[in-house]
Amino acid sequence: MAYVDEMKLVYFAWVRERVGKPEEEVDPPAGVATVSDLVTWLSGRGEEYAYAFENRQAIRAAIDRTHVRPETDIAGAREIAFFPPMTGG
Amino acid sequence: MTTIRLQREDFDIAAEVAALTRGRSDVGAVATFTGICRGDDALAAMTLEHYPGMAEGEIARHVEEAGKRWPLSGVTVIHRYGRLTPGENIVLVVTAAAHRGPAFAAAEFLMDYLKVSAPFWKKEERADGTRWVAAKGADSAAAERWTAPRRPEAAE
Repeated sequence: MAYVDEMKLVYFAWVRERVGKPEEEVDPPAGVATVSDLVTWLSGRGEEYAYAFENRQAIRAAIDRTHVRPETDIAGAREIAFFPPMTGG
Repeated sequence: MTTIRLQREDFDIAAEVAALTRGRSDVGAVATFTGICRGDDALAAMTLEHYPGMAEGEIARHVEEAGKRWPLSGVTVIHRYGRLTPGENIVLVVTAAAHRGPAFAAAEFLMDYLKVSAPFWKKEERADGTRWVAAKGADSAAAERWTAPRRPEAAE
């Protein structure tokens, strides 16, 4: 089990609005190994998180500013971002 | 030559085209695409949020990919953020090449990927409130066609 150091989470668009903050430092417990695990753990932290992550199909993630999938390992990540599907251009 | 800028202020299309052609005799074609804020359904304004750092990186990654697919002599991508009202410019893509084919294709490729992979989000503002724009399936399909084994345009 890789040791997961303290990491920064950043939120954008309606994920940010629902969580109620743009960023935070977290220290997830051992066993939180993937992006999907992290979403599950966050969802249990309070109703604002449960609301933000209620529809997992609508959540996109990036680790250290690169798009990743739910099954991606988070070990060594410094910054993990959660946001809705992009609507730029 | 690649220029990528994220900015609040408007851009000058003529100046950006000139920057890619000035002093060169190898550029035979420049294609520009400008995305503009529409005032559909009495839209008052839209606010573009972005992920600083990642947005530039994602655009740069796709500019690099475009450079591998087509012989380009220059690319400029400018994406605005902040509050924009109908009629205002949102995004500019300028591609320069020796011939028009690569210039047109690369501009379309870059816009298709920008829409689905660059971390920007639009929030619309109307008299009755605000709402986040939902991603369109058609945009994903537009981007995915570039990864298909044969593009329909290839037959042309």
